[in-house]
Amino acid sequence: MSTERSHAVGEHPELPPPSTEVGIIGWVRHNLLSSTTNIVITVLTIYFLYIIVPPMLNWIFFDAVFSADSRDDCRAIAKAAGHEMGACWAFIGKRFEIFVYGFYPAEERWRINLSFILMLAALVPVLFDHVPYRKQALWFSLAAPFIIGWLLLGGMGLTPVPTDKFGGFMLTLVIGVTGIVGSLPIGIALALGRQSHMPALRMVCVAFIEFIRGVPLITLLFVASTMLNYFLPPGTTFDLLLRVLIMVTLFSAAYIAEVIRGGLQALPKGQIEAADSMGLKYWQSMRLIILPQALKISIPGIVNTFIGLYKDTTLVIIIGLFDPLGMGRASLADTKWQGLSTEIYVFVAIFFFVSCFSMARYSLYLEKKLYTGH
Amino acid sequence: MSSQPEEAAPDLQVSDELIIKIKDMHKWYGSFHVLRDVNLDVYRGERIVICGPSGSGKSTLIRCINRLEEHQQGDIIVENVELTNDLKNIDAIRREVGMCFQHFNLFPHLTVLENCSLAPIWVKQVPRKEAEATAMKYLERVKIPEQADKFPGQLSGGQQQRVAIARSLCMNPKIMLFDEPTSALDPEMIKEVLDVMVELAKEGMTMLCVTHEMGFAKTVANRVIFMDGGQIIEENDPHEFFDNPQHERTKLFLSQILAH
Repeated sequence: MSTERSHAVGEHPELPPPSTEVGIIGWVRHNLLSSTTNIVITVLTIYFLYIIVPPMLNWIFFDAVFSADSRDDCRAIAKAAGHEMGACWAFIGKRFEIFVYGFYPAEERWRINLSFILMLAALVPVLFDHVPYRKQALWFSLAAPFIIGWLLLGGMGLTPVPTDKFGGFMLTLVIGVTGIVGSLPIGIALALGRQSHMPALRMVCVAFIEFIRGVPLITLLFVASTMLNYFLPPGTTFDLLLRVLIMVTLFSAAYIAEVIRGGLQALPKGQIEAADSMGLKYWQSMRLIILPQALKISIPGIVNTFIGLYKDTTLVIIIGLFDPLGMGRASLADTKWQGLSTEIYVFVAIFFFVSCFSMARYSLYLEKKLYTGH
Repeated sequence: MSSQPEEAAPDLQVSDELIIKIKDMHKWYGSFHVLRDVNLDVYRGERIVICGPSGSGKSTLIRCINRLEEHQQGDIIVENVELTNDLKNIDAIRREVGMCFQHFNLFPHLTVLENCSLAPIWVKQVPRKEAEATAMKYLERVKIPEQADKFPGQLSGGQQQRVAIARSLCMNPKIMLFDEPTSALDPEMIKEVLDVMVELAKEGMTMLCVTHEMGFAKTVANRVIFMDGGQIIEENDPHEFFDNPQHERTKLFLSQILAH
């Protein structure tokens, strides 16, 4: 054993790391070439990317036709340009308005555009902290759903538009955003109710959650579209879209409740004891201590449920509402554009991907923002 | 034991005013009889150390005093208010009784300052500015005012426990309960917490402390209580308790705890 040192104890200077540990070389060595298996996987991945990516880019961009009047037209244009026919995006272009606005009367579509802008403006102060005049802005956010409802449905000075004219992306947003905004508070209430010390309240919550979770959403939508009429007194008309909104919200609320219950159970018992010992009342403890922490833990699960809900809005097609997917399928019946289903589905997929990916990124942002080193 | 507070507390006067009265108290967890016929009178200004083997019911006893645990038989009277199912009484008692836990139980999503000012603002309706000033005062007393804007997760265990003490003091309690406040701490940090507790004792705070810090018991306590099997086996002033234990069970416990 040698105790020789190049420097006195405690005086060894800090040295820069070797080049194999940092920078591009370090990254490549650690992430791509760290073992034989890793090297094989890296090579295979590069090979697959080589096979898949160039043809995909050709189809989407280089060989695609962006304006034409029919499928045959598309093919002719591609042939004249001297390449295979890629995607015939002209089809989407021609159908774009119906994809966005559904069957909403053309002269009233500004109301949808305005509603969309209002929705974004209302979401900003809810989603982000550092917004100037956030307090006042939140009042606007509270009022926005009513203004948007009035804009979309009409009445009071605007031409009324029946909800069976709703369709396309606009319908997806209406159902998705209503479901998300409505199901979070209901889910929180159900989760707290399920943990209540009052047996009656607890049983009602458990029964509700288990019933809703135990039944497929499609069944609930059928119930919404047909069965409710049997239960309600004759003569009550209950708008189909409203029934769908209620069902989707309740459905998602049951899932949210269970996700939040997981978050509540993850909290150490000491948190509520500390709150109790300082004399905080039940609702104060919940609002100030328990829910902020439980919701933070539950963010991934909550957003997961929301993304699921958002995509499940496509199910409304089976009760006769036309969301983008339904709109796409309907468009395929057009003889002029037959055989272009890939374009339609890719287009709808991109729309859903952008929405869902934004939610996923926002949840990561939230998690980061709320991280307090605990 | 690992660390003794530097200076012994001076002889502190205990008033003859009864502040906690526990009479013929029993508690069960399900069918398990945890506390059996506990009788205890605490006078204002007393520093009582409760010790005993694990599972002896010492934590449960002090947790009954602020109703974190419910007793099923007997009476607990704190500051002339009897603990019953009446929420009003429970709230009144909790306003007068502060508590520190083994695992600190700070609120991790709030800053140190927010931890300390939360209860005064919401329970006592103190204006925010005033509550924060009070919080800073107590953070200075526990010697960590510079950490006020950090989150608990960024502090060491000893610092967290001192914040927890400051948080309790912000409610201006008449009685402080300590439930093994140093058991989760590294040896280096035990002393800084005990020092704060010694200071508190010097100022005349009524303290009930579940701890295994026998050095603290010798220098600060005016009474030591030994519990086993849910009963108070022996209580005495610290000198008598350590030098001349009466019961076999106490002798065994002391020999085990002081042996290493």
